[in-house]
Amino acid sequence: MNQVDEIKQISGVNPLKCMKCGKCSASCPSFYEMDIKPHQFVSYVINDDVQALANSRSAWKCLSCFACIERCPRNVQPGKLIDAARQILIRQRGQEGLSADEIPALLDEDMPQQLLMSAFRKYRR
Amino acid sequence: MKYSYFPGCTLRNKAKDLDDYARACAEKLGFFLEELTDWQCCGGVYPLGADEIASKLPSVRALNAAKENGQDLVAVCSACYHVLKRVNDDMANVADIQTRANNYMALPEPYMGETKVLHYLEVLRDVVGFENLKKQVVNPLTGRKIGAYYGCLLLRPSSVMAFDDPENPTILEDFIRALGAEPVIYPYRNECCGGYISIKEKEQAAALCQRITESAAGFQADCLVTACPLCKYNLSNNSELPVVYFTELLAEALGIKEVQE
Repeated sequence: MNQVDEIKQISGVNPLKCMKCGKCSASCPSFYEMDIKPHQFVSYVINDDVQALANSRSAWKCLSCFACIERCPRNVQPGKLIDAARQILIRQRGQEGLSADEIPALLDEDMPQQLLMSAFRKYRR
Repeated sequence: MKYSYFPGCTLRNKAKDLDDYARACAEKLGFFLEELTDWQCCGGVYPLGADEIASKLPSVRALNAAKENGQDLVAVCSACYHVLKRVNDDMANVADIQTRANNYMALPEPYMGETKVLHYLEVLRDVVGFENLKKQVVNPLTGRKIGAYYGCLLLRPSSVMAFDDPENPTILEDFIRALGAEPVIYPYRNECCGGYISIKEKEQAAALCQRITESAAGFQADCLVTACPLCKYNLSNNSELPVVYFTELLAEALGIKEVQE
């Protein structure tokens, strides 16, 4: 399967519904951290350029806060595309965003189990 | 009234104040939380991938156990509530997930999303009632100015969560009022604290949290109240403003926990 079909299948998103209003990017708490902005994610998928998304910082910067998904007037759900770009990476060996070796140094005494579980799900398979 | 109860990984450990006071206050208010036997961690985040099944199964098991108990399923942690409710919505409405999860589970009767998932705050609002709660308060939190911090997981996406108005929620403010305190409305109460990103990207989480706490402090909040252990961790790490669980305030007002000054 090519990567465009893969990202559409994992996300379940139809990017052609986007009317480019930009509400997703305006709502995004990670906007300034992202090289490719949420509304641009949709255009990259339409233009068959998933490799650029997989190489972007943005895939690791989405917080899954669902603000873009809540506010999208066309129900495109850009956050699902960003998460799918991340899934394409972490489903490949060696591409995860958090290696086992770096985990011990990141821990502290107050850290809730919820943070570890969530991070393992988001950064690794 | 009895409910099946899903405490979740953190409430058994770092967030004992969320769990212990939830149970104690429930008894005082006349409902009972019966912990599911052999529950498994919800995973912390809802698996967004449409093709993901294995990571949804712990939730399906909990939902089906509640169905077998003939009870609604209550969670106190925002993340557990979020994940359980969204997986339940998949099991009720998404044919592919229904089929594959049930094929794997091989239950005596297929699970099709029958269980009703409730957050503890919804039980307080919709079953106990805030008016009734107010009558049971023995230590009203008079004079306290408390900012509700909703975060993301209780509210969004509202098409599935249906918890409150996603842009202008009121449930926590009504809760604060019922306990005799004054709710502080500030603009960042449903903005993200950074969530899981704080494991690696401390600076980004700090910037997000400071925006929230400075906004609340600017509107004269003495403390913030949350239902989420990760929100509490992130906000507390990045601000002097005290952050407490809603169950702590409830326990203070009901005379179960010593009043904090």
